[in-house]
Amino acid sequence: MSKTKLATVWLDGCSGCHMSFLDMDERLLDLSSQFDLVFSPLVDFKVYPDSVDVALVEGAISSVEDERKIHHIREHTKFLVAMGDCAVAGNVPAMRNPFGTAAILKRAYTENVSAQPQIPCVIVPELLEKVRPVHEFVAVDMYIPGCPPSADTFFTVLTELLAGRTPDVGSLTRFGA
Amino acid sequence: MTVAADVKTLVIDGKHVSAGGDQTVLEVARENNIFIPTLCHLDGLSDVGACRLCLVEVKNSNKLTPACMLRVEEGMEVTTTSERLRHYRQTILELLFAERNHVCSVCVANGNCELQSLAQSQGLTHVRLPYRNPKLDVDASHERFVADHNRCILCTRCVRVCAEVEGAHVWDVMGRGVDSMVITDLHQPWGESSCTRCGKCVQVCPTGALSDKGKLGWDHPKHPEFLTYLNMMREAQ
Ligand code: SF4
Ligand code: SF4
Ligand code: SF4
Ligand code: FES
Repeated sequence: MSKTKLATVWLDGCSGCHMSFLDMDERLLDLSSQFDLVFSPLVDFKVYPDSVDVALVEGAISSVEDERKIHHIREHTKFLVAMGDCAVAGNVPAMRNPFGTAAILKRAYTENVSAQPQIPCVIVPELLEKVRPVHEFVAVDMYIPGCPPSADTFFTVLTELLAGRTPDVGSLTRFGA
Repeated sequence: MTVAADVKTLVIDGKHVSAGGDQTVLEVARENNIFIPTLCHLDGLSDVGACRLCLVEVKNSNKLTPACMLRVEEGMEVTTTSERLRHYRQTILELLFAERNHVCSVCVANGNCELQSLAQSQGLTHVRLPYRNPKLDVDASHERFVADHNRCILCTRCVRVCAEVEGAHVWDVMGRGVDSMVITDLHQPWGESSCTRCGKCVQVCPTGALSDKGKLGWDHPKHPEFLTYLNMMREAQ
């Protein structure tokens, strides 16, 4: 039987979900015999593969680049998981929403800067007006709330998913867990 | 002369139960260990039927009725769990999350919040509605307490405890619909209001909307059960 092709993606999040994922420690070794990690910030693949079985997406959709990426990922992924509160609900990145993008950029790049205040407009992707959860852009197959979800939650969810079962996520974690 | 006790019998979730004639379906359900989710109800305060989480089905009625406002009637048949009720309860919770700015991970009530734990127990893993992200104030003018309107669900428990139990009536509600806000006095800063600093509103607030400045971060368990005790002691006097 071919191994499950697993991807993990890092959009507008703090990487805490990935850290918690790594906190599975030696249990990752047990699981790793069942999947191939085909794309992840943890490994050096530059291009998202054409067909991925399961993708864990960390982070909200915050910039035009996040938006482009999530559509591409959705197109090439069978089972898409929103991993953590940023992906699920917007969470901390979405705290800028009540103020508006212009005010945030001004605060970060002019008000708090003494030398050469300027708002970057090349190379870095443009911010969207509002930070939004992943499911407001593409269909999501499973939600794992938590900031971050615990390593135990990841272990149970992955074990179940790799065995072809659907875990009861609600009993494992919640918003802000 | 003997006065006949006003006792009624009804059926809740197929279980025959008896009740005092002036009791609500919620009270009777709780006495019989039947769980109905609530947010605006609190033992010891008057009921207002604001949150709609306690909706139940009553036989021969198409309407869903809040159990906290529903007086028992002889022969009444009540259902507290169904697919329809689950759907509405989840949607109500989602509306509450979408209406203001709930960022549980950085909230003073994280882990001690009735909205959060209800969301979990009702199987909510995400909010299907678009978030409104309103720009709302935090009132930290009080020496001891903070009011964060981003977390308020307008249950009015603070309004009722301050008026009905403390007798100060500092809190009230202004505005309409989604623009409603709880205010202190006539919209003065809390710190300049007629507040007696008793802290009752903080203890009954089910969310992180009212908090104690002396509590750090997530370490903010509330103790609304003081209210039943306080009422009991007052009645005993
Ligand atoms: S009040 Fe409750 S639901 Fe709202 S952010 Fe705080 S912990 Fe989360
Ligand atoms: S602390 Fe102030 S506002 Fe709150 S219940 Fe007491 S008197 Fe009312
Ligand atoms: S401040 Fe707290 S108790 Fe008062 S209405 Fe808002 S959520 Fe309810
Ligand atoms: S508890 Fe009945 S409507 Fe809120």
